[in-house]
Amino acid sequence: MRVSKKFLSDYIDIEGINYKELAEEMVFCGNEYESITKLSDCEGLVIGKVLECEKHPNSDHLHVCKVDYGDGSKQIICGAPNVDKDQLVVVAKIGARLGDIVIKKATLAGLESNGMICSLAELGLESKYLKEEDKEGILVLNEDAKIGEDALKYLELDDEIIDFELTADRGDLLSIIGVAYEVGAIYNKKVKLPIVKNKEIDPDITSTMKLDVKTNKCSMYLGKKVLGVKIGESKPFIKNRLIASGIRPINNVVDISNYVMLEYGCPLHFFDADKLGNEVIVRNANDNELFTTLDGIERTLSVEDIVISNNDKAVALAGVMGGLDTEVENDTKNIFIECAIFDSVTVRNTSKKILRSESSNRFEKGIDPNRVEIALNRAAQLLSMYASGSVCKGMLKYDCADHNDKIINITLDDINRVLGTELNTSEVNEILKRLEFKFEIKGNKYRCIIPTRRLDVNIKEDLIAEIGKIYGYNNIVSKLPSSNIKKGSILRSELLVKDIRKVLNSLGSNQVITYSLVGNGINELFPIKNGENIVLLDPLSEDKKILRRSLIPSLIEVYNYNVARNMKDINIFENGSVYYKVDGKYVEEKMVAGLLSGSTIKNSFNNVDLKVDFYLVKGIVEYLLKYLGFNNRYSFRVNELSGMHGGRSAEILLDREVIGYLGQVSPSICKNEVYVYSISVEEILKKTVRNIKSVEIPKYPSVNKDLAFVVNKDVTCASITEILKKVGGRLLSNVEVFDVYVGDNVGKDEKSIAFSLTFLDPNKTLSDNEVTVIFNKMIEEVETKLNAKLRDKNYN
Amino acid sequence: MEKKILEIKENLLKDLEKVDLLKNLNDIKVKYLGKKGSISELSSCIKDLSNDQKKKVGSLLNDLKNEVNTKIEEKKKLLEIEEMNKKIESEKIDVTLPSTSIKMGTTHPLTRIIDEIETLFISMGFDVVEGPEVEQDLYNFEKLNLPKGHPARDSQDSFYITEEMLLRTQTSPVQARTMDANLEKSPIRVICPGKVYRRDDDDATHSHQFTQIEGLMVDKNISVADLKGVLEMFAKNLFGEDREIRLRPSFFPFTEPSLEADVSCFKCGGKGCSICKGTGWIEILGSGMVHPNVLRNCGYDPEIYTGFAFGIGPERVAMLKYGINDIRSFYTNDMRFLNTFDRVEGEK
Repeated sequence: MRVSKKFLSDYIDIEGINYKELAEEMVFCGNEYESITKLSDCEGLVIGKVLECEKHPNSDHLHVCKVDYGDGSKQIICGAPNVDKDQLVVVAKIGARLGDIVIKKATLAGLESNGMICSLAELGLESKYLKEEDKEGILVLNEDAKIGEDALKYLELDDEIIDFELTADRGDLLSIIGVAYEVGAIYNKKVKLPIVKNKEIDPDITSTMKLDVKTNKCSMYLGKKVLGVKIGESKPFIKNRLIASGIRPINNVVDISNYVMLEYGCPLHFFDADKLGNEVIVRNANDNELFTTLDGIERTLSVEDIVISNNDKAVALAGVMGGLDTEVENDTKNIFIECAIFDSVTVRNTSKKILRSESSNRFEKGIDPNRVEIALNRAAQLLSMYASGSVCKGMLKYDCADHNDKIINITLDDINRVLGTELNTSEVNEILKRLEFKFEIKGNKYRCIIPTRRLDVNIKEDLIAEIGKIYGYNNIVSKLPSSNIKKGSILRSELLVKDIRKVLNSLGSNQVITYSLVGNGINELFPIKNGENIVLLDPLSEDKKILRRSLIPSLIEVYNYNVARNMKDINIFENGSVYYKVDGKYVEEKMVAGLLSGSTIKNSFNNVDLKVDFYLVKGIVEYLLKYLGFNNRYSFRVNELSGMHGGRSAEILLDREVIGYLGQVSPSICKNEVYVYSISVEEILKKTVRNIKSVEIPKYPSVNKDLAFVVNKDVTCASITEILKKVGGRLLSNVEVFDVYVGDNVGKDEKSIAFSLTFLDPNKTLSDNEVTVIFNKMIEEVETKLNAKLRDKNYN
Repeated sequence: MEKKILEIKENLLKDLEKVDLLKNLNDIKVKYLGKKGSISELSSCIKDLSNDQKKKVGSLLNDLKNEVNTKIEEKKKLLEIEEMNKKIESEKIDVTLPSTSIKMGTTHPLTRIIDEIETLFISMGFDVVEGPEVEQDLYNFEKLNLPKGHPARDSQDSFYITEEMLLRTQTSPVQARTMDANLEKSPIRVICPGKVYRRDDDDATHSHQFTQIEGLMVDKNISVADLKGVLEMFAKNLFGEDREIRLRPSFFPFTEPSLEADVSCFKCGGKGCSICKGTGWIEILGSGMVHPNVLRNCGYDPEIYTGFAFGIGPERVAMLKYGINDIRSFYTNDMRFLNTFDRVEGEK
């Protein structure tokens, strides 16, 4: 809402108040502003008279003028085609400023020029508000202009504008009178309302026209007729105020409808009464009804929209825009004025679909029912004042709006309880008076009467908010709540995620955060749980339309982004949710996933280069699970995994249940060696973890023994260790693989795996014999069960 | 005999002088102190001497033994130091060559901010809770006093999944969920960090996905003064002890009064600079007293309970704190960007 200082001054005395300060005060009443500007950002403009005007000897379009602007005759070279002797004009003196341009003494085609004669366009008005002639030629003033006087003041362009950014609840501030009330409350000043009075003539409108409201989406509809208007140009003050408010002046009649809308916040529509006819119907539109708005565009309506129609067809799209067929044109004589209240939600939906207008914006936010009739009469009054119209008696009237002021009962305690203040009644009384809210008070109990103009004040808390505003929220002394002391807590799932982040960070992994929305086909790339995709109804783009079911594709995207920028050593993870639908239920499953590629620990000159491979990533996953308390409870299993390298990937199992997977991304997706892991945090949360129990440091020596088996290359290491552990029982304290060999010394389809075993009895020193018995049993079992051959006992 | 002793001493000194390796020192030890060494040889002569002489020479030989031993030990120490010095000299490296890359991973800046805020609020007795991102219209809007058709829904253009389900546009639905779930309708102190989504095109200042931290405190006699106190605590904790809070009335459908909070500029201290756009104040969060309709919608009697709520934007806080200019940086995950956050913070 753009508020002109001149316009506002009509309703509230702001003489002597700096407009910028006023804007700042408004901010602390909840009304932010975007900018403060001058209607014409110029200085040093005076009125001058062209005493002489000759053609420039050296130019075919310049004129040499002698101009008196208060300091005697001065020579000014002027390029405008319409400059002429005896004209009263606007002169920018030497040193004057037009926006960013400062006028200096100049030489034009060899002759000295002491200033500039200005066009209206040069005064800084936006060109969309100007006519062609305002841009092409200089502005010629009327006879009453006085030489040497301030030109902007004469033109009434010496105005300032605050462009407020209003909140959605303050529909009342979409009127200058509404702003005046707010300013009045801040500065403790009374609002001066216009005196609306009409001399009315026969015939009474009710004898010539008929109104029929056929929809419940219109709570009020008033109509009045003005005869014999003469279309022309508006008075400068009307034009300037419209321009200041961001509305393009059209003619004296149309401008009045906008002017009154700005004054009262009630949108009006003027119909050419003769084109309209004698019947006004307010009804729901028909589905697929066609209607051409004032801007000449044909619109397709639906039963959700409201229209005004005559006995033939729709003539206006209620609350949004008038129709082309009943438009006020240069030959229009008689005017039908409409001022109404249409359902805000309906207007909102229609305008969202068709177009937003000054009118729809106001209907959406609500109209004061007690201003509709005044605005209607005000428009009639101005039409008679500025367009020579004669106002007909009576009005068409449909009214089922509630015109009663709102009663709010409130106590002093209520106010102080919410604000945390210690206001007394005299302070509150003073604030209520400033707000122009009437009230009765008994003891500490208030009965406040809230005027209908304040659509946003309906309950106690709204009133408290108003009182807080005027009292000043920054005058409230802060304190800390005096609640019972209690421990703040955090969800177990969040604690787990924090632990996971800690481990992965400590292992050199950077946390990333990526988007939850992905495109088609992405969810199907990697292993996911059973369920359906969750798809947006109205996505912004094709690549962000489905909620992701795996974090891996997002991590690959981050990898690709960085590799393209020459960062090839990547170690990242993300903790976030995946989303899917199962049996009609929306599931959000917390996950952690990581991606590694390139090298981790490096020192080139020293030949240190720990390259990422399957076993490094497996190490990260194992360490993570160990840290989370699952030592000896996890395992890895080969299974087919979509999107993964068939020979270098595995499922991760916890207590024999699958919780995720790890391995190399299929070379068909990532041509470089890229390793990933994905684990369901939700699955981990289901498991319980035992507390840490300290173990005694063994007192007795351990016995180390090594052995190596030759097995078929498809026999897994895990299958051998499983047997070793089973046979070794509690005396086998550690198994380590220290060599895997494939080559000439074993068969073509064979490999050798060498183990280092540690035996320990916490209660006594182990005898050689005991160890040998177990050791031989191990060899026997592995040989028979896995068809293995002992390669070398005591390998080293 | 004494002459012989002197001779041995002299020879020893000569021999020791010649030795330059530890391993050769042992040969000398054998030569003098060994079973067939020169001292043993002399000792074997003692038996031929008189008792008096025996005693005298015996003690002389003993002294000689000790002296030889001491001399050899002294030489041994010297040689050991020498050899250690040689070893160290030979092992010398250029310490200015680059180190082996060892690093921790970094925590995402948004997580850093959220962690910091969580820690503060937990210390004030708040519980950290969470809610679904795929949310019902009921919780995201209706229970929060935003019925269908409400103009304020416009500013939160939403991603709908069905007519009733959407990606939450704010963390505020967790307010309603927390109050709903509290069956005793007892006091509440929670914060809820999480992802939210709005139907905005991504640019330097807009992101279709971002994070929020919702705060809610409901109790008897909670007032704007309490809200202000808690927000001051928050601002000081995050931006430094000297920070102040300024409240500006605003409008949110789920609070009344609604208040925007500004923090005094941490860069210029309020004098005006580029960060605060010359105003001395930085808009930091939206807040207010929980609207009675919201309390009522969630089973709390607004005549008994009042409460405050606030919503913090970690992106905004991080952008201010770390001088980040483009909100998309948080989601691009450029390693050079992430690696900036590889250290503790400086003084606030």
